[in-house]
Amino acid sequence: MTKFEKNSAFTRRSVLLGGGALVVSVGAAIPLDTMLTLQAAYAQGAKPPLTPDQLSSYIAVNADGSVSAFFGKMDMGHGLRVAIAQIIAEELDVPFKRVKVFMGDTANSVNQGGASGSTGIQNGGKQMRMAAAEARRVLVEMAAARLSVPADKLIVTDGIVSAIDTDRKMATLGLEYKELIGDKYFNVQLDWNKHYGNALYAPGKAQPKDPRQHKIVGQPIKREDVAPKVFAQEDFVTDIRRPGMVHGRMIRPPIAGAVPSNVDESSVKDIPGAKVVWDKGFLGVVADKEWDAIQAAQKLKVEWSQVESPFPEQASLYDHIRNASVRKRTVEKENGTIDDAFKSAVKVVEAEYEWPFQSHATMGPACALVEIKDGQVTCWSGTQKSHYQQQGIAATLGIPVENVRVIWVTGPGSYGRSDADDCAADAAVLAKAVGKPVRLQYMRDQATGWDPKGPASIHKARAALDASGKITAYDFTSKGFSRWDCATNGSKPSALLAGQTRGVSLNSEDGFGVPAESYAFDNKRLAWETIPPLLDRASPLRSSHLRDPVGPQIHFASESFIDELAAAVTTDPIEFRLRYIKEPRDIAVIKAAAEKARWQTRTSPRRDQSGNKVSGRGIAYAQRNGTRVAIIAEVDIDRSTGKIWARKFTVAHDCGQIINPDGLTKCIEGNIVQGVSRTLWEEVTFDRKTVTSVDWLTYPILDITETPAEVNVVLINHPEIAPSGAGEPSIRPVAAAIANAVFDATGVRIRRVPFSPDRVRSALS
Amino acid sequence: MTQRFTLNVNGKSHTVNADQDMPLLYALRDDLGLNNPHFGCGLAQCGACMVHVDGKPTYSCVTAISAIGDAKITTLAGLGTPEKPHPLQTAYIEEQVPQCGYCINGWIMTAAALLRDKEKPTEAEIKDALSGLKCRCGTHVSILKAVKRAAEMMG
Repeated sequence: MTKFEKNSAFTRRSVLLGGGALVVSVGAAIPLDTMLTLQAAYAQGAKPPLTPDQLSSYIAVNADGSVSAFFGKMDMGHGLRVAIAQIIAEELDVPFKRVKVFMGDTANSVNQGGASGSTGIQNGGKQMRMAAAEARRVLVEMAAARLSVPADKLIVTDGIVSAIDTDRKMATLGLEYKELIGDKYFNVQLDWNKHYGNALYAPGKAQPKDPRQHKIVGQPIKREDVAPKVFAQEDFVTDIRRPGMVHGRMIRPPIAGAVPSNVDESSVKDIPGAKVVWDKGFLGVVADKEWDAIQAAQKLKVEWSQVESPFPEQASLYDHIRNASVRKRTVEKENGTIDDAFKSAVKVVEAEYEWPFQSHATMGPACALVEIKDGQVTCWSGTQKSHYQQQGIAATLGIPVENVRVIWVTGPGSYGRSDADDCAADAAVLAKAVGKPVRLQYMRDQATGWDPKGPASIHKARAALDASGKITAYDFTSKGFSRWDCATNGSKPSALLAGQTRGVSLNSEDGFGVPAESYAFDNKRLAWETIPPLLDRASPLRSSHLRDPVGPQIHFASESFIDELAAAVTTDPIEFRLRYIKEPRDIAVIKAAAEKARWQTRTSPRRDQSGNKVSGRGIAYAQRNGTRVAIIAEVDIDRSTGKIWARKFTVAHDCGQIINPDGLTKCIEGNIVQGVSRTLWEEVTFDRKTVTSVDWLTYPILDITETPAEVNVVLINHPEIAPSGAGEPSIRPVAAAIANAVFDATGVRIRRVPFSPDRVRSALS
Repeated sequence: MTQRFTLNVNGKSHTVNADQDMPLLYALRDDLGLNNPHFGCGLAQCGACMVHVDGKPTYSCVTAISAIGDAKITTLAGLGTPEKPHPLQTAYIEEQVPQCGYCINGWIMTAAALLRDKEKPTEAEIKDALSGLKCRCGTHVSILKAVKRAAEMMG
């Protein structure tokens, strides 16, 4: 049993009051009473409250000397668990194997924001590093008191605190961490910034190590969750079972926005244990056996309300966006006098790009299990944000947040605000209605058809050139559905299908983004505009965060357009970029990619190819919250079929200090392949009534036969720069790199994603 | 109509009462309590539910329990163990293939049949055998490396 499983009975305050004032005098002999006070103040038998300002909320040294870390974020398959354990082991000076990281359980971690915005290491790791450093400082002070040796004369090796003599040689005297605190909790206050979520930061008094001393951070340590997965030993959220549980399935309307007007429960009376749960637009069934629940959902006779078909024809999607009223416009960056510069232009280059709705299309439909016992709710979920989901379930059921525990368990893939949060809230409604634990899994058509979508958008770019070919003005505006049409966490019923179907209005907010780059044009404006959703409630086209929210679409457009400008002035695409990019780290990733890919300086398109099979190369680059990525794509195109093979990628990646190079490389590989899939294949289809891409035939993704032959990753390590994110940045420039390579090969510019064979063939003909 | 079926799974015999049309997947998961295979699509489009039926890769999500008869069923757990891993499982760990890992059954069970039947398959043969299976995390590059590594181990 580890400490987090114990109940707390005493508060930190009661212990401190009993222990009196704490005075620590480092460097002098420490009297016995001070030593005892120190022990009482820093360590106590009862767990302090689970608040962000308590060291015990992040870290514990157990009686066996192992270290437990409690992390309010979670690992979506990129090896974050390993990286966090490396950071903690490093700062605590304990062996890596001794650290176990518990993730995403609201009962033992504070709200650090969940898996969100590639901040697992950038923000989460930063906090865990500070917590571990503070734990080490406290343990060394406790050892100093016990050994009557000043703290600055102590060193820690493998969790053993030892004194060093004046010749800096190790003495034999040593105390293990477990001897210092092994049966108690840390009782140490941190300087919390009063923020929850990604912004949470609560350092202690300790300074973390100088990165030059790092021995564990930076090592390619392997993930420990791979073997259990390949031996079918690891529980996914789909594998959780509880005594007395029943299986649930949901029923969605044939026309988005319709609600049941009549439900004939007798139509499922022959199915064992079948029960119908109907509340306004919410309609689900449960049964004792899973197959029976599926049968009941299919057989239930439902009449639906008559509603207007809410959607435009798909063929007019981009016209709809173009003509829609702007709900919010934001100019995020502007310098110079754009309008004057365009007036005096010798030449103006303009282009418009289009990106479709895309689906998370997770490998399995979302699944959650909710158990309600004596007013206490436990929810097992694949959510990315368990602390927010805790709030959303409490609000859905109308009970205090303290009565809800959400336990994150690995789900069937997760790339943002997927269907996981909706599923958990639906399961909670079902569980309350039937009075039994309910395991709910959506069906495939609901996973792909009804998840929150990555927003569709258009992007208008124009540039002014002077007589010398210099870019004198640059104007870039995205217009599309909001990334926050549906909130990016499940904390409010307004963002959850369980809320929206039961009458809570969608609280659509506005957000998009602008290109993240460092092109220094004299006159430059970057802006975005959002438009209203197509349906203001329970919509299969509600839009929210899908991996690197709005990053792929914006940078597909902006980095394609930069290439168009390079071609307009007959300049090599890299040479053109380096003419304007000012950030040294941006320049470094572009040069690193070019060198690794053996980039030959020349203009695009190539002029030396004829015949049906042609090849090309293209570059694109982007920043993302401190990280920089440059990607060179090399593609082969069959002109007669329109089929593109994105054959080779060279990726230069700088995210500051690298915690685990192997994990980072794998993370980047996944980004590239998913990026290729989204560029070449992925597009949500819909008719006037609802979404029609509902499985892997109607929503195709990249096949193994289309896998790039090579993904070569160049990692640029900056140990002196605090780590930034890696979970999303490298998917950002993939589409533009491919588009630019297609242009290089064919001379044809494709400005609409996906580059499906039909679209490419017709563009080339 | 509910009937009684006897299933031979990973070398052990089990009795299941089920509707004859119920897919094998639900018997394995819900009646036998096996955590693999997984429900991915219920349409034989992804591979998350893949098992061997008499050695043949089979989508358990669309295979009726009544169609199994006395065939031997092998799941991922029956393919190898930490003590006695299948080369593909070893290769998967060496190459650190999975991200979420929900798709593993499809790739490993299909590749296991290929490597059993075909010594040293070419890259094209490997891709052809695996075509149609899905991985949403985009681990395709590592999957191919692992299958090739396993092929070398077995060759």
